[in-house]
Amino acid sequence: MRIGDFRASYAHDESLLITRVQRSWMIGFVGLLLIFPWVGGSYFTYLACLTGIHVIAAMGLNIVTGFAGQISLGHAAFMGVGCYTVAWLDKWGVPFYITIPLGGVVSALIGMLVGIPSLRIKGLYLAVATLAAQFILMFVFREWDSVTGGVRGVNIAPAQLWGWVINTDKDIYYLIMLCAGMLLLGARNLLRTHVGRSFIAIRDKDISAEVLGIDLFRGKLMAFALGSFYAGVAGGLMGYFYRAITPEHFTFTLSIFYLAAIIVGGLGTVLGTILGAAFMTLVPEVLRSVVTLLTLWAPNAMELLSPMREMVFGALIIAFLIFEPHGLVEMWRRARRFFHLWPFKT
Amino acid sequence: MDWITFAEFSLIGLFSGGLLALVALGFVLIYKGTRVINFAMGEFMMLGAYLVYTGHSWLKMPLWLSMVFGLAGISCVAVLVERFVLRPLAGQPVVSVLMVTIGLGAFLHGTVDAIWGGQNLEMPQLLSRKPFIWGDVMLPGAVFWSFWVALAVIAGLSLYFRYSRTGIAMRAAASDPITAYALGIDVRRTQQLTWVFAGCVGAVAGTIVASISSLSPALSGTALGVLAVVILGGLDSVAGAIIAGLLVGWLESIAVGYFGGKARDLVPYVVVLAILMVRPYGLLGTRDIERL
Repeated sequence: MRIGDFRASYAHDESLLITRVQRSWMIGFVGLLLIFPWVGGSYFTYLACLTGIHVIAAMGLNIVTGFAGQISLGHAAFMGVGCYTVAWLDKWGVPFYITIPLGGVVSALIGMLVGIPSLRIKGLYLAVATLAAQFILMFVFREWDSVTGGVRGVNIAPAQLWGWVINTDKDIYYLIMLCAGMLLLGARNLLRTHVGRSFIAIRDKDISAEVLGIDLFRGKLMAFALGSFYAGVAGGLMGYFYRAITPEHFTFTLSIFYLAAIIVGGLGTVLGTILGAAFMTLVPEVLRSVVTLLTLWAPNAMELLSPMREMVFGALIIAFLIFEPHGLVEMWRRARRFFHLWPFKT
Repeated sequence: MDWITFAEFSLIGLFSGGLLALVALGFVLIYKGTRVINFAMGEFMMLGAYLVYTGHSWLKMPLWLSMVFGLAGISCVAVLVERFVLRPLAGQPVVSVLMVTIGLGAFLHGTVDAIWGGQNLEMPQLLSRKPFIWGDVMLPGAVFWSFWVALAVIAGLSLYFRYSRTGIAMRAAASDPITAYALGIDVRRTQQLTWVFAGCVGAVAGTIVASISSLSPALSGTALGVLAVVILGGLDSVAGAIIAGLLVGWLESIAVGYFGGKARDLVPYVVVLAILMVRPYGLLGTRDIERL
């Protein structure tokens, strides 16, 4: 039951977290994130880092696909652009607080380039165009030896801040969470600006949006630029996280993974992005533990792990699209509604 | 490159283009019939080839019977997929339908990997490997014969769509489902049939590809490159798919001749981007007119 929800000032009405309960939940959540690496153990810290990176990248894709409605099958390649930019700048000793944003910017520029076809084509055709961009960029990653190190890949020195070397998972965890927090807050606020609203108008019907005075050229390119910026930052963080990067980190499969994450989470919502990316990152790990448990009875169950991962991945996408097209965020909302109406509706 | 090598590369390209056209036909059929780009086409090809392999090597069937077994199996899969995966999503946004075919692809890929394993399997030899020699130019036998098989399948299907009652009904349902339904054509059944045909086309193409090289789950990756053919020809044009198949096959082969084997990975996607920028509806595709 929700009571005392009075909005007495405009500032209060516009704030992201309206009730005191929401604010205290948020404070609790942030507090949990802060102490997590100290209580979670190394394996879970590693998973949390990975989830953080995936959340950032999925947020970028959700801006392009969920907010602005432009399907992109090349999101992993944009991550690669950001990552290789970071790797290249890192060779010259540029500190991470410059390389990561620059990685995002370079990725945004490439993203705008890839977004240009979106002015003429949309829907499935655009999906195929971005797919082509994915494979062309992959080709560049494999062949441009002097920058990307070819198929052997590149190494990235650990990030440093005033002599503090960020090289354990525990240290980089805070860097990732800081970036994720800022970028998610940015995305949440983006939705409330005229830019975010114009994205939604373009998604719902681009011709109508143009008639209403929205510049489609600017809007679509801006969506691609912003989405790729997020991907670039995620790629840069991934570079500092893995520290050895090969083109195999940015395959088409990863692009699909992000699309699956935002669909499972919920298109066009920030919360959905977080839920979806976390869910899709954790499912393979849960599956691994289940299969490990199965080896007690069937010793060669481990061989089936990778095919089973693929089957579960595919089945999850199909099941969510058919049975819960609005994703995990809809389940979340349903649960919330239940508690709001709690004693009155049983 | 002297002209004989050029002619040889050109011929190899044109002849291997037949197979590209066949896979492209699989895409075009489904797009025409149901407005879906089937990203699981590669998995259909792979599954078809695995079924033929199973019929031949596990169940010890003669070659022709194992072909029939493969086609029957893939038809069942196609019917199930259409009924339980695609039909519930009718009328959903493009991104959902796209993603469901991708999810389907992942599911089928995982299933095949779980049942048959990831290793390379030896397919029964379908096509004569004897090279075909024409003056100074030599064509690999498998490439030469695959072209004619592909052409025969395409021609057979075209005739079927042109003259048979069901074929005409399918074309009617594809061009305007509501009118066709009003005229008494069971559109749901024709859409089901579309998937069956596309699955069979994919299975034939997959079997040929697997018998030329070898059979492994990696076979499914070949279909993505064929999207270049489909886009170049126009997503809803059978004739376009054939012309574009030959064109892209030739272009790939020439690029390999000039720039080496790596170019094969790049050419289709450069073609796709170029086409989409200049002429998004392809050579022979219908131009969409959008109304508010």
